[in-house]
Amino acid sequence: MAKMASKTKQGPGAVVSVALTAALLALMALLLWRMQAGIKDVYIMKITRLCAINITLALAMNLINGFTGIFSLGHAGFMAVGAYATALLTIPASNKAMMFMIAPLVKPLDTLTLPFPAALITGGLLAALAAYLIGMPCLRLRGDYLAIATLGFSEIIRVLIMNAQPLTNGAMGLRSIPANATVAWTYGVALFTIVFMALLTTSSYGRALKAIRDDEIAAESMGVPLFNHKMLSFMLSAFFAGVGGGLLAAYNGTIGQDMFRVTMTYNILMIVVMGGMGSISGSVISAFVVTIGQEWLRFLDGPITVGRFHTDGVVGLRMVVFAALLLIIIVFFRNGLFGTKEATWSGVWRSFGKLRGLGKRGEAA
Amino acid sequence: MTRKVLEVNNVTMQFGGLIAVNNLTMSADYQEIVALIGPNGAGKTTAFNMITGVYRPTVGHVALNKENITGMRPDRIAQRGMARTFQNIRLFKALTVLDNVVIAQHLRLKSNWLASTLRLPRYNAENRLMYERAEELLTYMGLWDVRGEISSSLPYGAQRKLEIARALATQPTMLLLDEPAAGMNPAESRELTGLIQGVRDHFKLTILLIEHHMDVVMDISDRIYVLDYGNLIAVGSPAEIQANDAVIQAYLGVDEDEA
Ligand SMILES: Nc1ncnc2c1ncn2[C@@H]1O[C@H](COP(=O)(O)OP(=O)(O)OP(=O)(O)O)[C@@H](O)[C@H]1O
Ligand SMILES: [Mg+2]
Repeated sequence: MAKMASKTKQGPGAVVSVALTAALLALMALLLWRMQAGIKDVYIMKITRLCAINITLALAMNLINGFTGIFSLGHAGFMAVGAYATALLTIPASNKAMMFMIAPLVKPLDTLTLPFPAALITGGLLAALAAYLIGMPCLRLRGDYLAIATLGFSEIIRVLIMNAQPLTNGAMGLRSIPANATVAWTYGVALFTIVFMALLTTSSYGRALKAIRDDEIAAESMGVPLFNHKMLSFMLSAFFAGVGGGLLAAYNGTIGQDMFRVTMTYNILMIVVMGGMGSISGSVISAFVVTIGQEWLRFLDGPITVGRFHTDGVVGLRMVVFAALLLIIIVFFRNGLFGTKEATWSGVWRSFGKLRGLGKRGEAA
Repeated sequence: MTRKVLEVNNVTMQFGGLIAVNNLTMSADYQEIVALIGPNGAGKTTAFNMITGVYRPTVGHVALNKENITGMRPDRIAQRGMARTFQNIRLFKALTVLDNVVIAQHLRLKSNWLASTLRLPRYNAENRLMYERAEELLTYMGLWDVRGEISSSLPYGAQRKLEIARALATQPTMLLLDEPAAGMNPAESRELTGLIQGVRDHFKLTILLIEHHMDVVMDISDRIYVLDYGNLIAVGSPAEIQANDAVIQAYLGVDEDEA
């Protein structure tokens, strides 16, 4: 009863929110488009595109880990499946022939190439198929066991890739992947993922996933088929991880099994945890913060001179610092930036109001 | 003629060396309120768990509306019209009161996940109906004013009521209540008594009730089953049970009003 007041709606309504969000996205798209034309700085454009890929990857992981409450650590594996599929389906036949030196690429793939979007979707679907096979045994497990099992399967995928020479070129990896990961594609896919996840998580199915996260036994007793819904979430999550992996392959130009170690999963997990498990806007904002932050902290890996102290560069120091930051966030902001909440325009409105209030009080004093 | 909604036949549940429920046979007729009572640890919740599919009985059969549901998954049993509340409240804690009641209708949704995500017209219609039913239920239970609150922030009594509202949202024919008056003061438990009879009539339900508050049990039960150490020691009307020596013996020295 005491909390009645907090329920009354403040700030702009739902329609205005949607309009404002659309306007913001349009503005961003316009800015990016101008940037692409104007900015000759290849480095900045690269980071900008990586931000978008990380949005897709983080949202994929957030669906299963954040919204469904299943601690899966298998995303690097799904990304690898998507990355290799996209690479093999877009590299021109002549380049493939040159690349596969130990054993030639298996039959239909050696000449087959698909348009980039078709390759991305194929990669996503294959990742979802992998998720189905892995989910069969793993999704019946709980908590830590599931985390360890998915992590194990992710490593198995990597080892398979390393050894399936005629399909993946083994330890030598794949080169000259066409650079299709343009601003339009990376941001287009990110936008699609945001919209899809927003619609899914606010649908009845999304609500059921949140119910599973909150209390499995209660959810099942209210008629939610646990396995079936977990599988849906796991496969959709893997699909988007596969698509993100495909984008990453096109972004990098080269891929190898080494890229898809557990560290890759942790990197994405860091974005998800920092943004808040179960918050779409949190993941989006956090993808920018972490991606740009990691680039910005790159100076840590190079030679540093602080006063009389000097190092010639410690490779990996950047990641150590980042891990420490993640720890601090987990310890002090258990729920990340947003927890399970979304950044809303009425929230922005309220904090704006608070700022104004503070300002006025300042003047009065 | 009376129609048997729930039939439990010679059901036994064994946990390792412990026999929590031993050869229990019970039934509930259409629109009957049946109580299951007994001292702490008698096996009442275990019986609920076997009926709702959380545990598979070691021996015996359970039927709902004449269909054998023994060993069926809880979600399948819920789909067939069995709903329950939990002794140690199990709401969707991080979600709002309204969401709790809307989610419980997911099992009646006909649209698949893609149609739902794409917001196809049929899904939209189904979704609108879910919210209308939720409003109806929450108003009925007197919880509409707190619909926007996070469920775990509600006072204890309101959480128990929300558990009932959520169970009703699944559109059951059979409702199982595990100590719905636990932690309530006398005024609240009196109100609950009226409420339980109300939902039975309003939703045409058959109710199986576990309760330690004897005033509530004696007030609303048509029939009472008494368990002690997993064994059924008495069945009868409230008056018969109150006069039963074995029951008095089982309860001797046990404070039946402890929550
Ligand atoms: N999953 C389980 N594993 C092992 N033993 C269990 C399990 N569930 C219940 N028991 C045991 O079975 C017996 C009956 O427990 P149950 O919870 O059914 O009692 P109850 O009648 O509901 O008691 P209360 O009034 O305290 O709720 C107890 O001895 C309990 O410890
Ligand atoms: Mg109990």
